[in-house]
Amino acid sequence: MKQNRTSPLETLTEIKQLMERSSRFISLSGLSGVFAGLYALAGAYAAYDYLGLEGVGYFSGRFLAENVSSRSEKLGFLIADAVIILCLAVGTGIYLTTRKAKKDGNSIFDSTAKKLIINLSIPLAVGGIFCLALYFHGAFIFIAPSLLVFYGLALINASKYTRNDIRGFGIVEIALGLLSSFVVGYGLLFWAIGFGVLHIIYGAYMYFKYEK
Amino acid sequence: MKKLLVDFNKAFESKVRLGIMSVLMVNDEADFNTLKELLNLSDGNLASHIKALEEMKYIHVNKQFIGRKPNTNYSASKDGRKAFHAHLKSLEILIKSQTI
Repeated sequence: MKQNRTSPLETLTEIKQLMERSSRFISLSGLSGVFAGLYALAGAYAAYDYLGLEGVGYFSGRFLAENVSSRSEKLGFLIADAVIILCLAVGTGIYLTTRKAKKDGNSIFDSTAKKLIINLSIPLAVGGIFCLALYFHGAFIFIAPSLLVFYGLALINASKYTRNDIRGFGIVEIALGLLSSFVVGYGLLFWAIGFGVLHIIYGAYMYFKYEK
Repeated sequence: MKKLLVDFNKAFESKVRLGIMSVLMVNDEADFNTLKELLNLSDGNLASHIKALEEMKYIHVNKQFIGRKPNTNYSASKDGRKAFHAHLKSLEILIKSQTI
């Protein structure tokens, strides 16, 4: 064997790396998951607190007081709460991911990033519209479970375009969503677990596995 | 040893060509700039290797316009995929023979 050539093993490793780098977006920061989870927990607490003030005993599912404001007002607060949390989470995620990509010398918005976003968005958009339908038909109790299931499907779909670990995360989210579709009425609690606790666990796991 | 190297494809002796094929194996297609960035090459260097692969009919070249700018996409051909797999196999055999 000529000694100045790279060994076959090295060549195979290079091929594998090149395949991964060209087809998967690997700059996604694990810390952004941790932050998203923390925001989600804060948002869930705010919602719980608000519902309590409005006289809803969340865990008993009954109205505790007479002065319950109208449904649209409550809904307005919950939607605003959700939108703020979503913006904070996405914003922090973009910031941290950009920072990580720069540090690693990768480009931020290349074709792999585009594929990741598109494939994450399709199931999420379908889930969002489906939940609107649930809302119009008054099936409120199924909104929280449905979004968890669709979010899990979105993660599984996106896992082909980023670290494969996301796939396991998606499966856990789906299991949680399905469970909450049978144990209805605890949507907020399941959301706090699914969007809060799980994000923190998986984000930290990814952070220590790939960034430490 | 000589027998082992039979399947070793001369076309893939160059690391750049092997790199181009690697990218095209896992992506439906890739354009010139993407390849350039991934492989960290100069325009001329990449162009000459692409030309070689094209002449061997290992890749398809698809020229098109995005607006008024020309854009060239490359994809792996059936022959190219076959050759790449054969090459990987022979690398594998070589590794196994070394570890024994």
